Amino acid sequence: MNHLPQTIQVQINGQVKTLMVRQAELFLDTLRNAGLTGAKPGCKNGDCGSCTILVDHIPIQACQLFSMEVMDKNIMTIEGLIDQTVQKAFEEKWALQCGYCTPGYILNAYALLQHHPNADEETMKQWLDSNICRCTGYQEIIDAVTLLIDRNEYHEHHS
Amino acid sequence: MKQPFTYIGKDIKRIDLAEKAQGKVRYTDDTNIAGMLHAKLHTSTEAHANITEIDISKAWEIAGVHAIITGEDFPFPVGPMLADRPPLAIEKTRYYGEPIAIVVADTEQQAKRAAEQIQVTYEPLPIIQSPREAMKKDAITIHENLGSYKVQVEGVHAVPGTNIANHTKIRKGDIEQGWQQSEVMVESSFSFSPADHAALEPRVARVEILPNGKVMVTTSTQGPFYVKKLLSEFFQIDAGNIMVHTPFVGGAFGGKGTVQLEFLAYLASRATGGKLVRIANSREEDMVTSPVHIGLEATVKLGARSDGTLTAAHYEFLFDGGAYSDMGAGMSKAAAVDCTGPYKLEHVSCDSYCMYTNHPYATSFRGFGHPELTFVMERMMDLLAKKLNLDPIQLRLNNLIKPGDTTPTQVHLNASNIGDVRACLQQVKKSIQWDEGQRTKTTDGKIRTKGVAAFWKTSSTPSNATAGVLLTFNTDGSVNLNCAAVEIGQGTKTVLAQILAEKLQLDMNKIHVTIEVNTMYDPHQWKTVASSTTYLAGRAVIAAADDAIRQLLQIGSVALKCLPDDLAVGNGRIYLRDSPEYFIPIKDVATGYKYPNGNTVGGLIIGKGSHVVRHLTPIDPETGFGKPGPQWTVGAQAVEVEYDPTDCTYRILQAATALDAGKVINPIAARSQMRGGMYLGLSWASRETFVFDDQGKVLNPQFRTYDTLRLSEIPTYKVDFIETPLIDGPYGARGIGEYGVIGMAGALANSLSHAADAELTELPLIPELIWKTIKGEV
Repeated sequence: MNHLPQTIQVQINGQVKTLMVRQAELFLDTLRNAGLTGAKPGCKNGDCGSCTILVDHIPIQACQLFSMEVMDKNIMTIEGLIDQTVQKAFEEKWALQCGYCTPGYILNAYALLQHHPNADEETMKQWLDSNICRCTGYQEIIDAVTLLIDRNEYHEHHS
Repeated sequence: MKQPFTYIGKDIKRIDLAEKAQGKVRYTDDTNIAGMLHAKLHTSTEAHANITEIDISKAWEIAGVHAIITGEDFPFPVGPMLADRPPLAIEKTRYYGEPIAIVVADTEQQAKRAAEQIQVTYEPLPIIQSPREAMKKDAITIHENLGSYKVQVEGVHAVPGTNIANHTKIRKGDIEQGWQQSEVMVESSFSFSPADHAALEPRVARVEILPNGKVMVTTSTQGPFYVKKLLSEFFQIDAGNIMVHTPFVGGAFGGKGTVQLEFLAYLASRATGGKLVRIANSREEDMVTSPVHIGLEATVKLGARSDGTLTAAHYEFLFDGGAYSDMGAGMSKAAAVDCTGPYKLEHVSCDSYCMYTNHPYATSFRGFGHPELTFVMERMMDLLAKKLNLDPIQLRLNNLIKPGDTTPTQVHLNASNIGDVRACLQQVKKSIQWDEGQRTKTTDGKIRTKGVAAFWKTSSTPSNATAGVLLTFNTDGSVNLNCAAVEIGQGTKTVLAQILAEKLQLDMNKIHVTIEVNTMYDPHQWKTVASSTTYLAGRAVIAAADDAIRQLLQIGSVALKCLPDDLAVGNGRIYLRDSPEYFIPIKDVATGYKYPNGNTVGGLIIGKGSHVVRHLTPIDPETGFGKPGPQWTVGAQAVEVEYDPTDCTYRILQAATALDAGKVINPIAARSQMRGGMYLGLSWASRETFVFDDQGKVLNPQFRTYDTLRLSEIPTYKVDFIETPLIDGPYGARGIGEYGVIGMAGALANSLSHAADAELTELPLIPELIWKTIKGEV
């Protein structure tokens, strides 16, 4: 088996991209090398959620994927979340300080709302527990997502 | 009553919210530069060993390797307070994870693979794992040449021939007389191991050395000018030839207030003929190889009269500074100067040591020695309250420090330089519903208890800590604010913009703040640490605004044909005080006022301002006499837990803070700083610690095994502010950034000790510790 870089095709933020990747390359590194640096390396071990992206609408930590695995998948990164509803709620509630964990949180929250637009508190916390924030004390993040649920922001699109 | 301020005290939106929420901001490692080389470390597998051989031959066989650097390439020790640490271990290694060699290669993967090929032969030495062991007469010395190290900062007292990196002594009053006055005494010992800052962005640095000798540094730091200073001192580079650029910083908590990777990146670049080299920590390296949160073993004896009046206190703090002193030597001093907490004590003695051990080395952590000393002192206050059968809050109220009293280093307190801790304690008593009962039982057999802590902190800044601000104007009349304060998440640049908006009476969206810092364009600033930025840089903003206003009035007086004194600045105009309809827009004078005939006067308006702390002194080596900081911010905190006596588990229900902020400049920002601090303090106190094996190896250098408080586990936060102005603070403001952390460990430990009816003296407060304490096995 050769170790030379290989070409993959993947749909990222609605665009089909052809990328050269090493066989052992983490998809997080591929994204960042392609200029999509909203996904942040916090641990590269699947523990912190800072590199959360959506793969076929499911939130997954990009450090837990090899680039070879995402061939033909539909990827969304923070750069592709054109709908600013979640971002605006995070702004409104000051749900960020240093901002490093923020893109991961926003994508996770967006996916939660897509899958469970009326998420109860337990479901919400269960989803959001997979990310780590060291600055805010978490209350502001809970407040932002609660605001989105209360406003029924995503209910219309998803029945 | 009319609110006297337009922008101060208002919930002004953070200026960096939108960019951050959209993932658009660039942190240090978010820029990929073609041709950049990558460095990776080979780190020590031993906690204490002589290095007999480093074989790099196999590493050179990996394709893409440009350079391999070992300790021999720069065999000189560095360090912020005491130069005791070779950037790469030489002759011996003193902690598990210590950098031994750097490999520079075309890609990070190649560098890593090559670093793994380096073979180091060790000759193991006995390992010291606790500061008390390190203090023993027959302990092996970790630094044989301690006496030869250069002291970088006045007031560091290492003791050659021992493992003492710094010894701070406080002798206030007459301790023997104090004991004689004591009718009741309590004595106890406390301890906790090192932990981590665990900022989400791992540390990263890049260095390029240009052909003209300029050293270009890009790094995630709290002290761009500090990086410049230390690089200049230790590598003999003219300071003017060093440029440090700090993009956005992804959290710091004190961990980015010192210099480590920057030294290594410089050595790596130098070894490749000056090429741009990047060195980025993995999470594991960030936790173990880079500096950590300090550990402590302490013994305290407290004396009081039978009515609860404190009479004497003796403290022995043995800080676990790890293998190198770094800022640990400063934290051990900072803990000493405030050892009593915010209580009046006439007779105090304290011996505070920064001890060398074979643990990862410590650096500043949010609160700088105060979360640590406050855990100890506030447990002591509860032990005393129990012995005297007094209400813990009442005992504290009876002894609170106030204007007219003196601190342990004998600074006279007045109505400005200390806040109102009594008001804070009364407020927190209300917030936590103390009078509804400190201990109640639930119907399902659980126990709800409350614990409290009072705290204080002064900045322990160097006596010449300074900040500067430059204001330039745009042709639309808006202002650019340039200042080297680092935005680490705390919102400092928003607060500085608010102060400027207030001074100029100018709309916030007319103020453009450079968030990134560049030491070539921004005026010098000490560091963004010690809750000192609102004070130092805030005063510099006021001075710069005054300077700009003076110039605006001067040119305005020419344009408006009157005296400068007749004019005022506001709303983007220079106007006649008594007839504001006569005005000229700032935009028409900011780059020179042009007469109708084309003649121009005035030139550019450039406002400059700086501020330096004043009247601080080093402390006396024998008594501690001296002034360590400009003022004391004070506060009180309380925690309520629900404890399950069947398995010693608990939930944290409520956490409350009341802080005397002097003046709250931005209430939302201030509350969010407090909550974040409370979270960090509770997470540390309840579960964060490194676990070491008997060889000194850290077993949990990952978030998977280094547990932190998660979103679903947070308490209800309550935050209140008291406002006792600091006369020389900007609009009366005091530093607040670190303070949310300080009392949390003490309040949580007091609450849980009450719940479990067992005196908890260690951290973190995990169920196993509670269980062992109950069984008498601690």
